[in-house]
Amino acid sequence: MATETSATARGADSASAVELRVASKSPAADGVVALTLARADGGRLPDWAPGAHIDLVLPNGMTRQYSLCGDRWDARAYRIGVLREPDGRGGSAFVHDELDAGDVVAVGGPRNNFRLAPAERYLFIAGGIGITPLLPMIVQADMLGVEWRLLYGGRTRSSMAFLDELAVHGDRVTIVPQDEGGVLDVAAWLPEDLDGAKVYCCGPKGLLDAVEAHCAGLPAGTLRTERFLAADTGPRTGDHAFDVELRRSGRTVTVGPDRSLLQALGEAGLHVLSSCRQGVCGTCETTVLDGVPDHRDSLLDDAERAAGDCMFVCVSRSVGPRLVLDL
Amino acid sequence: MNPTGTPSAPVSLDLDPFAPEALQDPLPMQAALRDAGPVVHLERYDVYALARYEHVHTALTDWQSLQSGAGVGLANFRYEEPWRPPSLLLEADPPLHDAPRAVLSGILGPRSLRRLRETWSANAEELVDQVTAEPSFDAVTALAQAFPLRVFPDAVGLGRDGRENLLPYGDHAFNAFGPPNDLVAKGALRVAELSAWVNAQCARDKLTPGGFGARIWDAADAGDITHAQAPLIVRSLLTAGVDTTVHALAAMIYAFAAHPAQWERLRGDPGLARIAFDEAVRWESPVQTFFRTATGDLSIAGSLVPDGKKVLMFLGAANRDPRRWTAPDAFDLARDPSAHVGFGMGIHQCVGQHVARLEAEALVTALARRVRRIGLAGEPVRHLNNTLRAWSSMPVRIELA
Ligand code: FES
Repeated sequence: MATETSATARGADSASAVELRVASKSPAADGVVALTLARADGGRLPDWAPGAHIDLVLPNGMTRQYSLCGDRWDARAYRIGVLREPDGRGGSAFVHDELDAGDVVAVGGPRNNFRLAPAERYLFIAGGIGITPLLPMIVQADMLGVEWRLLYGGRTRSSMAFLDELAVHGDRVTIVPQDEGGVLDVAAWLPEDLDGAKVYCCGPKGLLDAVEAHCAGLPAGTLRTERFLAADTGPRTGDHAFDVELRRSGRTVTVGPDRSLLQALGEAGLHVLSSCRQGVCGTCETTVLDGVPDHRDSLLDDAERAAGDCMFVCVSRSVGPRLVLDL
Repeated sequence: MNPTGTPSAPVSLDLDPFAPEALQDPLPMQAALRDAGPVVHLERYDVYALARYEHVHTALTDWQSLQSGAGVGLANFRYEEPWRPPSLLLEADPPLHDAPRAVLSGILGPRSLRRLRETWSANAEELVDQVTAEPSFDAVTALAQAFPLRVFPDAVGLGRDGRENLLPYGDHAFNAFGPPNDLVAKGALRVAELSAWVNAQCARDKLTPGGFGARIWDAADAGDITHAQAPLIVRSLLTAGVDTTVHALAAMIYAFAAHPAQWERLRGDPGLARIAFDEAVRWESPVQTFFRTATGDLSIAGSLVPDGKKVLMFLGAANRDPRRWTAPDAFDLARDPSAHVGFGMGIHQCVGQHVARLEAEALVTALARRVRRIGLAGEPVRHLNNTLRAWSSMPVRIELA
C-alpha cells in the first residue's frame, strides 16, 4: 500500500492556517482528556520536535499552553493532554466541559523551550500531566538507541495519564502513585554518576525544585526542565479584525478575521517578503512601533515576545484593535 | 489522478539533467519535465523527477515520506558509502537532525545577525567604491565572489590563510550531489587537500571567539549538541555558506544588468532590495536540484515511486512553473517572490538564508547608491556545476551616479 503524499503546497497560504478543528476528544485518566487537533482540510500541520508546546486560543478567549504528545511522523494531527485544574481560571474547565469534537480553536506555535539534546543516557522525571512532553522524547530515545529510564509520579494510579502507552517499556519505567508510594524520591532514583546523562523533568513546582536542588553543581545543560504554568502566558486573542497603521507608507490596512496580516498587506499592494508562512523561518519579521502583537510564531522566546518590538506577520495578529508597523 | 487509487508507473524519459548542455541552459529541459507530468521517471539514473511547483513544494515539506538521511545527491547512502561523513544538517532526518538544526538556526537567525548589519554595509560601501573606480569590471570576481569572501569568513571566525580554498571546496561538494561525471572527476583531484584544510578549520582553536563557529562550539559546552557534532556543523557552514551566496549575488547582478528598467526601479525605491534578492533567487535558482529518498512506496499525484528510490526535485523548474507564477521567466520587482523554493522549504530550508539576504541587501544597496546604470559589457560565461546555476565571468560596464 503506497502512502499518498498529497499536495498542500498552497495550504499555508490559507487564512485558516492557525485554526484547527478538534478531531477527537477522549479521556486519558481521571481528570485528563486527550485532544487531537487537525486542519479542516486534513492538510499538514507545522513540524515540531519533542518538548514543543502549542498555544491554544479557546473560543472563550483564554489561551493555554499544552505540550505536544503525539507522533510527529503523523503530520496531520497534534495530540495534547489536558488536566482539569480545579484552581485554574477556567481554561482547562472549558476544554473539559465545553470543547467538543468538531469545534474550532486558534493555535499558535509550536514553540520549543524544552528540546531533546543529544546525550549518552536520558533520565526522565514526570509529575502528573508533566508526562506529556516526555512521551515523544521517550519514543525518540528508543529510536536513537539511547538508554533511558522514567520516574513518573502522580496522585493516584487512576489519575495518571498514558500509563497504557508506557506499559510496553517494562522496568525502564517506575510508576509511583502518591497514595501507594508517597512523593517521588528523586535522590534515591537518580544514579550517583550522571556523567554523559541528561535529566529531563516536567511537572509541578515542588518536584522541579527538588530535582533542581539535587542536580545543582552538575555540568551546564545536564538538567533540563519545563514548568507547567496554569496561568495565562501573555496576551493572545481569537481572530478578531484590527487595523494596521503602516508608518512609512502612511497608510492603514484593516485585517479581517478571515485574513492573515500578511495576506491583508499583500491585497493592499504591500508585499512583505515571506517564505514558510507558518511562523518558522523568520523571513517575514517586521518591526512593531506601537500596539501589542498577538504572537503565534515558533521563533521568539518569551522575553522577545514580551518585548513586542517585532513580529512575524504570516501568522501573528494583534491583541488590540490597532497595530503600528514599520512598513 | 488514478480513480482506483492504485498508483501507476509515471512517464519515463531518457534525458540527462547533468549533461553539459542541460547544465549550460536547463530551462528547455525543465519545461519539458514540467509538461511531461507531475512525476517523470528518468531512465538513465532510475530516479523520479519532480519539476512542478506544487509537487516540489510538497516533497520538500514531507520529510516523513521523503528522507534526506540517504543523501540529497544521486548517491544512495542505503547502498553506497558517502564521499565524506554525512552532513548533520543536510543529510540527516529527525530525530538526528533536530539538535544541530536548532543550534544553527539560533546562531544564524535574523535577530542574532542584527549586530552584523552595520559592519557589512560599511564593507559593501568600501568594496563598491573600490570596484566602481573602473568603468568596467568582472562582476563575478570583483563583486559576487569578493563580497562574501570579505565578510562571511570573518563572521564565521576563520583565520586569514587558505580562504581561497572555500570556493573550490564548495564547488566540489555541490558537484558531488550529481552523478560521477567529468565535473566530479575534475574536483576529485584536489578533494583530499581541500577537505583536509576545511576539516582543520572546524577545530575549536582555529575559530575566533564570538563568530558563528565559536558559537557552535559554545552550544556544545551548553550541552545542546555534542562536542563530536560541533566540527561537522561548522563544516556545514563552510560548505554551504559561500558558493551558494556567490552565485545568488551573481544572479542578482546579472538580472539587473539584463533588465535596466528594474535597476531604475530599485534605485527609485531602495527598500526593494530584499524583494530583489529573493526574486533573483527565484529567477535563477542558484541551487537547482536536490534529491530525497522514498521511505516507502509512495504515490505522488497518482504515480508510484517505489521504496528506496531517489526523487530528484527541480527547484529551478518549480520556481519558473507557470502553474504557480505569472510570467515566470520575467525578472520583475513588482512581483512577490515569496514562497519560492530556491532556499528549499520545510525542516531543511536553508538555515543560512538570512545571512545571504543580509549580504545581498548590503551589497545591492551600496551599488544602487553609487551606480546609475549597469549593463553587460560582453557575453557572461556560465560556470557548470551539477547542482548550482552559476557564472564564471560577467563583464559589466557602469555609469556612476
Ligand atoms: S514567512 Fe516564515 S516566519 Fe513568516
